[in-house]
Amino acid sequence: MHNNPPETGAFYPRDPDWHPQALTPGYKTSVLRAPQRAKISFDPTLGEIAGPAFGHGLLGPLDNDLILNFASPGESAIGERIIVHGRVQDERGRGVGGTLVEFWQANAGGRYRHKKDAYLAPLDPNFGGCGRTITDAAGYYSFRTIKPGPYPWPNGVNDWRPRHIHFSVFGTGFAQRLITQMYFEGDPLIDICPIVNTIRDQAAIGQLIAPMDMANTVPMDAMAYKFDITLRGRRSTMFENRREGN
Amino acid sequence: MQRLDRLKESPSQTAGPYVHIGCVPSFAGIEGVYPEDLGRAMITGDAKGERITLTGRVFDGTGTPLRDAMIEIWQADAAGLFNSPAETRGSADPAFAGWGRQPTDGETGIYAFETVKPGRVPFPDGRLQAPHITMWIVARGINLGLSTRVYFEDEAEANAADPILSRIEHKARVPTLMARRAGSVHTFDIHLQGENETIFFDV
Ligand SMILES: [Fe+2]
Repeated sequence: MHNNPPETGAFYPRDPDWHPQALTPGYKTSVLRAPQRAKISFDPTLGEIAGPAFGHGLLGPLDNDLILNFASPGESAIGERIIVHGRVQDERGRGVGGTLVEFWQANAGGRYRHKKDAYLAPLDPNFGGCGRTITDAAGYYSFRTIKPGPYPWPNGVNDWRPRHIHFSVFGTGFAQRLITQMYFEGDPLIDICPIVNTIRDQAAIGQLIAPMDMANTVPMDAMAYKFDITLRGRRSTMFENRREGN
Repeated sequence: MQRLDRLKESPSQTAGPYVHIGCVPSFAGIEGVYPEDLGRAMITGDAKGERITLTGRVFDGTGTPLRDAMIEIWQADAAGLFNSPAETRGSADPAFAGWGRQPTDGETGIYAFETVKPGRVPFPDGRLQAPHITMWIVARGINLGLSTRVYFEDEAEANAADPILSRIEHKARVPTLMARRAGSVHTFDIHLQGENETIFFDV
């Protein structure tokens, strides 16, 4: 896949003030699912530093096209056609190439194709809602989909999720594993969403809001949004402590 | 002075109740997009080592099993090698992926992995760790994926010398990291809260 030697440095510690805390009462489900004792810290071992790799052979031709990957032949998903693209990078600013990115979302009406979603907005027979891709050598990815709708959810009596796309990213070491959500520039529901607001730092929230990207729209076809994803950085291995023979 | 110019990691958000759509779509009832759910089979051929089943449930603070969680595991092969580009000590068993992904059952909350018992992997200082499996748990209501380790209760000697286990101050909590064995089935329950709250790691 690439000619660079694999990266084997340990990761920078996570910033607990940047991520949401486990217990966030505004998001009620967290109350009974938040561990209450301090996590135990240790410097990453090989099991955290290494991670699974997935080859491009995993991918089918429509895996990154949610408009078509569940549609009947000749048909396509309903909604605003968009392209989402960006770069997976690490905290040092280096692109993370060859890593699997998975995404899932509601349809244009805000309904998920899932047996547990009973929202009254209809399913789109041509929209499944899942896709995946692998970043290129420089860390870039893109996919095509429809803009997901906002939807109500049981938390407060009247909570609505902003339009969002869920992302799952692997990185090159298992301790980089991350699941997050992408929001859309200008959505008024972002500021009042209890899940968004599990993050306390406004700049951290801003890191999950994708700007509209006119330069990358396809004229007469699809709007574009840019969403970069940053994974944990690694230390240089040049001066790591190592016993003889290891 | 120069600036460090370091970027910030993207903040985590919950995987939500519909994580299955993106990660195990056939479990969500979505067929035909991918040939099969990724991570379903860890053993892809004649893998070396002892075949085991790792199973259990994830309990919330009331003792109710989570029926919407997703669990991933990552481990060395029977010889202690990782199937990863970052493995520089040798080549891992090509018939063993080392990584698996399973949802907890929508009714019972039970998860299960068919895997092999991992070999021992050195700690950075060269000491050998006890056989263990790294586990990562996401679900609705979990804002940042939780990391823990599955150790094996029948590896008493290796466990006693394990560099991670031995640094745990509250020894009474160590059993929360031990899978209980019955034949080839190793049961590992996760308690998110309460008296038996599982040890989670910040790694
Ligand atoms: Fe969602």
